Amino acid sequence: MTNDSGKPSTTTRRGALKTLAAGAGAASLPLWARYAQAQTSEPIRIGFQVHRTGIGAAYGRWYDRTTTAAVDMINAAGGINGRMVEILAEDDGTDPKRGAEVVEKFANQHNCDIGFGTLFSHVVIGSAPRAGELKLPYFVVSEGHHVASGMLNRYTLQPGITDVKSQVQAMAPFVSQNLGKKVTMIFPDFAFGHDHRDYFTAAIQEQGGEVVAQIAIPPTETSFTKYFPKIPRETEVVYHVMVGPAVLTFVKELGEFFGPSRPEMFGFIDSLEAVDMASPGLEFLEGTYFWEGNPRYAQTDQSEYDKLYRTAVGVDENGASVGDPKDISTYAHMFGCWETLYVIKAGMEAAGYQGPADRAKLIEAVEAITDMPHSNEHPQGTKLFNGKTHQVFGPQYISRVTDGKLIVVHTTSIEDTMYPDEVDYTTQPL
Amino acid sequence: MSDRAKTVLLHGGLLALLFALQFMLPAYHHGNLARVMVLASYAIGFNVLFGYTGLLSLGHAMFFAAGMYGMGLAVQVFDAAPALALVAGAGAGLVVSGVVGMLALRTAGVAFMIVTLMFAQAGYLTILYFGSYTRGDEGFVIQQAQRILWGIDLSDPTNRYFAAFALFASCLLITLWLVRAPFGKVLIAIRENEERAMMLGYDVFAHKLAAVIVSGTIAAMAGAVYGLLFGYVGASFASVQYSIFPLLWVLLGGAGTILGPFIGTLFMFYLIDLSSGITTAYMLVAGVALVALTLFAPQGLAGAVRKRIWRGLP
Repeated sequence: MTNDSGKPSTTTRRGALKTLAAGAGAASLPLWARYAQAQTSEPIRIGFQVHRTGIGAAYGRWYDRTTTAAVDMINAAGGINGRMVEILAEDDGTDPKRGAEVVEKFANQHNCDIGFGTLFSHVVIGSAPRAGELKLPYFVVSEGHHVASGMLNRYTLQPGITDVKSQVQAMAPFVSQNLGKKVTMIFPDFAFGHDHRDYFTAAIQEQGGEVVAQIAIPPTETSFTKYFPKIPRETEVVYHVMVGPAVLTFVKELGEFFGPSRPEMFGFIDSLEAVDMASPGLEFLEGTYFWEGNPRYAQTDQSEYDKLYRTAVGVDENGASVGDPKDISTYAHMFGCWETLYVIKAGMEAAGYQGPADRAKLIEAVEAITDMPHSNEHPQGTKLFNGKTHQVFGPQYISRVTDGKLIVVHTTSIEDTMYPDEVDYTTQPL
Repeated sequence: MSDRAKTVLLHGGLLALLFALQFMLPAYHHGNLARVMVLASYAIGFNVLFGYTGLLSLGHAMFFAAGMYGMGLAVQVFDAAPALALVAGAGAGLVVSGVVGMLALRTAGVAFMIVTLMFAQAGYLTILYFGSYTRGDEGFVIQQAQRILWGIDLSDPTNRYFAAFALFASCLLITLWLVRAPFGKVLIAIRENEERAMMLGYDVFAHKLAAVIVSGTIAAMAGAVYGLLFGYVGASFASVQYSIFPLLWVLLGGAGTILGPFIGTLFMFYLIDLSSGITTAYMLVAGVALVALTLFAPQGLAGAVRKRIWRGLP
């Protein structure tokens, strides 16, 4: 039998592919038709820049859990302006180059309304210029002083966590009044350590104390014994902010060096975030003091708000995952994600946010926020937002290691954390 | 068609395509391609030393960072205009590569790799040490107002793309000319048989040093432009992984080919970009791709073309 029409077959490969594509489009019709029919029922898309790999991975895991918990709660309560919130997470590898690429991806590929959630300062500083150029509101949860210092731009805000400058200076009154006036500082020889060195040295001098020695430790160091003889004999307090995997060795060697007759010790919990206080070698820290952004262990006077937040994220009373007592949270920092998302919600509702065209309005609405009362939205404590510097201020906690647990002994006032404005972002064009 | 005509057609064609893509690509890929072109320029610099001279440096991030910080500090500390800052960046790369070359070339083979690696690590720690100027690992921002070159705002996507294109085209054409010039032929001779090149009367040390300087200065120029186009200068660009990246890009694309660095950089960029959307183990995907390529196309993508299609591919 022959082809009686004599025409070539009309089924070409290209034609078949087109038909398939059309079929696939039709099959998914209910999905996109839902959004097409009513613009406002589309979810609000939040690009979550998360440190899933690289040095920030331990923090990233908990930032992820906190973000998921907060978004679930916001959505269960009706979302933002009646729209559900959708998180689009992208790993930045804790790398500033990749961070900037991820911000571009949020703005230009995922069509996110905003970017959110970055922790490590170098990633924030590497990404923020691109966020500013793309006019993508960029809510960081970093505790760096980069936002309030004026280095960044009008589209970058830090409304959910206090910065290192205010944290450090708020420690000086407690240290000088309770622990001693002659302080030796031991800090890593990079920007985070230098911030501590500069801000604390100035703050303790204002309190009538002095820093008798500053011991900078190179970041590649794995053993610290040779640095300890540099601690002057007159030292009354050792202030330490060692971060990274070497912290256990650092504490162990410090214990071996001092033995039972140590000076007072004050540290930043950043060193021991996601680290079990019962880890071998940390016994030496018994009776020493730590700054905590938010108390890891549920305190006897735990607020209802902390109870709700802790349960929602899945953290037990010891600051570990409910499912795994060895999986310690980054409790002193991760509340920042929760609180930032509620600030975003408040800002979008105040601005009547509809879509990317309202991004500038959102910035202005957040800049107009001042008071944030202690509440389910702000479980860490009452806060004060400075719209000019784009930085929030709030209480800081000082805890003492007692029977292997961190017990809060002092809570600073917000006033202790304030410093004069260094920038007014509201003068920059949107 | 003569080899010369084919060479002009191929490389000119790529440049024409990249120029045209500026008007066609959607915003996201447009931004990516600008970035890839700058990084490919870095890889081109690396390829001069590795692909054409046969010297494997594991410390090229120090040259990239020398350019980036040379430019960045000129802007930040001395308030220099972008054009002058770019010259400062290239100058920093020239000096650093000259000094490092003089010392590192006293070694060969594995020792050369280790010495360059150590120099790069020392460079990284130097950036951290002078934290009061460099802001250490955090780095600093080059503000939009500081990125206006001859009245052209480099933070604008179109201008950024053309600036990246100009850098890439210059690096590509300069190296294309270089490897076809007598100087480049001597480099290839050194790569193939150093003793023989020496016996023929060539000053091998001088040629190798010149190769280090050309390679380092191109890498530095890429670093300076990267900082200026994307507004950030940071120590992570001086870390060891940024020494390994150009090696991977060049290996993937084809060492000792002019187009290889671009192909490798583009391939790797999208491999990571696409696979990171699927799994957090995206570096594993990159690793598997690299292993597969080493098994099936050991000379890289452009190397495979040279082997199978056109032996004269420069």
